Amino acid sequence: MKKTEFSRRTALELIGGGVVTALLAGTFATSAQADAKLLAEAIKKAVGEGAMKEGKITLDLPEIAENGNTVPVGVSVDSPMTDADYVKSVHLFAEKNPAADVASIHFTPASGVAKAALRIRMAGTQNIVAVAEMSDGTLYTAKKLVKVTIGGCGG
Amino acid sequence: MASKPRVRVPKKAKAGDIITIKSLISHKMETGQRKDKKTGEKIPRLIINKFVCKFNGNVVFSSDWHPAVSANPYMAFSYKVVESGEFEFTWTDDAGETVSKKAKLTVS
Repeated sequence: MKKTEFSRRTALELIGGGVVTALLAGTFATSAQADAKLLAEAIKKAVGEGAMKEGKITLDLPEIAENGNTVPVGVSVDSPMTDADYVKSVHLFAEKNPAADVASIHFTPASGVAKAALRIRMAGTQNIVAVAEMSDGTLYTAKKLVKVTIGGCGG
Repeated sequence: MASKPRVRVPKKAKAGDIITIKSLISHKMETGQRKDKKTGEKIPRLIINKFVCKFNGNVVFSSDWHPAVSANPYMAFSYKVVESGEFEFTWTDDAGETVSKKAKLTVS
């Protein structure tokens, strides 16, 4: 008798656990979709709807950031940086921040190399996305996952 | 709000050199997301939204900042040396307050 009770409880727990997991998975999926939508909107606002190619961009980010309030970011784009062919802008985005925009960096041929570094806030573990806009209008993109131990958007 | 602008630029360089310029300024960079712990009201956003670097009057580098840029914003970038002259760095915040700093560069 006792044995069946146990198995019943175990079974119930299993079902309960399953429902909770399914619910959690559901909410995560919707919030991820919302983040992706916000990110897509922010990118569209910054550079329009042009096709993006991967490559050319090097993102220098830590794999694990202990403090989300100040995460060092280095970005460089492969380009000759001449008057005819240079990197106009690099836009940085963080998909899970309250607002996806982070910063837009505008280079000129006088920059010599398309390279910059700054420090940013990250609300939690997420991808940092960079979109580079070349002088001829072509777009390149790159992303890198950063694990954040303590988020940095205050509450 | 903004105070203590600091820039690091080499005093001397050769024509054709690519130099690294580092800048830092003290600013709270209030995101607009935080709440006042006593009243529960949101603290309004107040950030530096624009950083511009000019050399002899021409813009050579600029950046637009959003609330995701850390407090006391730091920015490092490059510049290809052509001639002697003066850099002017300008930070502008949401309130319209601007802070500027100048640095001379001599080509040897």
